[in-house]
Amino acid sequence: MTRELTYAQALREALTEEMTRDPNILLLGEDIGVYGGVFKVTEGLLAKFGPERVRETPISEAGFVGLGVGLALTGKRPVCELMFMDFAFVASDQIFNQAAKMRYMSGGRVKVPLLIRTQQGGGRGNGAQHSQSLETFFTHIPGLKVVLPATPYDAKGLLKSALREENPVIFIEHKLLYATKGPVPEEAYLIPLGKAEVKRGGQAVTHVSYSRTVMPALEAAEEAAGLGISVEVIDLRCTAPLDLDAILASVRKTGRLVIAHEAHRQLGVGAEIAALVQEHAFDYLDAPIVRVGALDIPIPASKPLEDVALPGKAQILAAVKQVVA
Amino acid sequence: MPLTRPDLLWMYCTMLLIRRFEERATQFFLNGQIRGSFHPCIGQEATAVGACLALRRDDTMTCTYRGHGQSIAKGLDPQEAMAELLGRRTGCSKGKGGSMHYTDPAIGLLGENAIVGAGVPIACGAALTAQLDKTDRVSLTFFGDGAVNQGVFLETLNLAVIWKLPVIFFCENNLYSEMTPIRAMVGPERLTRRAEAFGMRSVLIPDAYDPIAVYETTLAAVERARGGGGPTFIEALTYRLVGHMIGDNEPYRTKEEVAEWRKRDSTVVFSQRLVAEFGFSPAEVAAVEAEVAAEIAEIARFAEQSPWPEPSEVGADVFA
Repeated sequence: MTRELTYAQALREALTEEMTRDPNILLLGEDIGVYGGVFKVTEGLLAKFGPERVRETPISEAGFVGLGVGLALTGKRPVCELMFMDFAFVASDQIFNQAAKMRYMSGGRVKVPLLIRTQQGGGRGNGAQHSQSLETFFTHIPGLKVVLPATPYDAKGLLKSALREENPVIFIEHKLLYATKGPVPEEAYLIPLGKAEVKRGGQAVTHVSYSRTVMPALEAAEEAAGLGISVEVIDLRCTAPLDLDAILASVRKTGRLVIAHEAHRQLGVGAEIAALVQEHAFDYLDAPIVRVGALDIPIPASKPLEDVALPGKAQILAAVKQVVA
Repeated sequence: MPLTRPDLLWMYCTMLLIRRFEERATQFFLNGQIRGSFHPCIGQEATAVGACLALRRDDTMTCTYRGHGQSIAKGLDPQEAMAELLGRRTGCSKGKGGSMHYTDPAIGLLGENAIVGAGVPIACGAALTAQLDKTDRVSLTFFGDGAVNQGVFLETLNLAVIWKLPVIFFCENNLYSEMTPIRAMVGPERLTRRAEAFGMRSVLIPDAYDPIAVYETTLAAVERARGGGGPTFIEALTYRLVGHMIGDNEPYRTKEEVAEWRKRDSTVVFSQRLVAEFGFSPAEVAAVEAEVAAEIAEIARFAEQSPWPEPSEVGADVFA
C-alpha cells in the first residue's frame, strides 16, 4: 500500500521506525522535544521515546556535536540535529577534525556512527546566514558520507539507511521540501547510500542534480521535451559516495551534460563532476559541460534579489538549450 | 582506599617508564626517526599516574597531544606507542595517527587530540553513554590550562552540569598555554572559578607533582561520579620540565624557574619517599629503575625493528 506523505512526515516515520528497532539511537538538538523541531520533523517523538532519547540541548552546537562523537565512539547512534546548515560551521571542528578522521587516525580501531541531520537552501528570504547550501564542504573532506534527498520516498529510505550506517553521515534536507508530498509505501524499504536514481529517462542531454534542484530540473526537462529535447534527469541522492558510474553511463549515451545545484558554482560539486567526466568520458562529449548554481555572492534576503541569486527552471532550461545548440 | 605497596610501586614504575619513554622518544626525534611534532610530558608524570590509578580499565578517557604518559598510564602498550611514533605498522594506529592521536578503545582511550579542547566534549559523550546504559563507568578528560579559553570547553562544562554527567574535567595547569604564560590569558588566576561559575564542583590540587595527592583527589571525584553525583573539575598545578615541543627555545620562562622545578622532579622525589615514608628498601627502588631501563631498551628495539606500513594500506581505514 502506498500513501502520500510529506517529506517531513517521511523523515519522522524513518526516525520512529529506526528508533523503535534500535534502542541505541538517540536524538540531540535545539528545540527538538516539546517544540518538535523548527520544521516539526521530530514532533511527537519526545512523547513516544522520552527525554533521554529525544534530548533537547542548549544552543551549543560545538558542544553537543562533540558529545555526539563521544556517544558514537562508545556504541550509541547519536542523531545530532543542526537547526540550520549554516550552524555547522560552529561545530565544524568536531565534524571535520574529529568525526571524519577518528577512524583513520586510529588505524581502524574505532568507528563513529554519528548522524548529523540538518536542512539548508534558500528561497524563503532567510538571508545569508540561514540560506546557504554547504554540501561541498562535507563532500570535500574524506571520511564523511553526504546525503541529500529530493523526495519523501527517498527521504525515508535514505534516512533509514543512514541510521544503520557505521560512519559519520551528514544528512541534508531542504527547507522548501518539508511540505512537499509524494508516494511512500507502507512496507519497509531501504535506499542504499551512494546510488543515484534516474528520475526521468532521456536520450539527448544528461542532467545531474540532487536535493530540491531535482524539482526545477524535472520541470525544465518537461518543457525541453515540448521543444523536442529529450533530457535524462539523474538525482545523485548522495554527493559522497558519488555514483560516478551512473553519471558516466548516461553521458556515454547522451554526449551532453548539465549539472545543477543550489550551492555556489565556484568549486562546487558540479565542478568536480565536470572534471571527473572529462577525465573518464572526454571522447563521448559532444559539447562543453555546463554548470548551473547559485551566484557566487552571499544569498540575499529580498525576493527579487534572491530570485536571481538562486538557480531555477529558467537557468536549467537555458543550460539544456546551450548544450544542444 | 589506602594505597597498597603494589599501587605505590606501580606509580613509581609507571612514572619512570613514562619519563624514560619520552626521553628515548626525544632521542629518536633528534635523530630524525620521528616526524612531525612531538610534545613531551616530561615533568607531568605524576598527574598521569595519579589520575589513571583512580580509573578502571573500562572507564573512558580523552587526552591531548601531550598525552603519551596518560595513555601509557591508562594501559596503552608502550611498544605499540613507540612504534606509532616511528610510523610503523605495529603502532597502535598502524602508523596512521602519529604522536598526537593515540587511541585504544580496549582500554577506554578515546584519543589524544591535536586540537586544544576538542577531547573534552568527546569524553562527555562517553559519559552520557555510561549514564544512559545505567553503568557506573566514568569518563575523564585531560586538558591543559590553554584549553580553558576554548569555546567548546565552556560549552561542555555547561552540558555536563545540566545532564549531571559522570565525568572528571582534569585540567593540568602547567602555567603555560603553549608558549605563553596562562596568567596573561585569563582574568582570575584560579581556573576552578570557571567551573564554579557553571555550577560545577571544583577542586584544586596545589601540588600535582605528588602522585598520591593527585590520586586521592581524582579518586574522590571518580567515586562521586560513579555514585551519580555528577561532574567535578580538577585544577592540578604542575609544570613541564622541557619545552612545549622539541625545538621550543623557551624564551617565555627563565632557566632559574625551570631549575627550581627540577629540584622537585616527581620521579626523583617519589623514589626518595618510597624509602623514607613507605618503607621500601633502596634495593627495591633500584630494581624498578633497572627493570624500566630494560623495558625501554626492548620498547625501542621493538619499534625500530618493526616493519613500515605498506604504501598500499594508505587508503584503508577511512570508512568502517
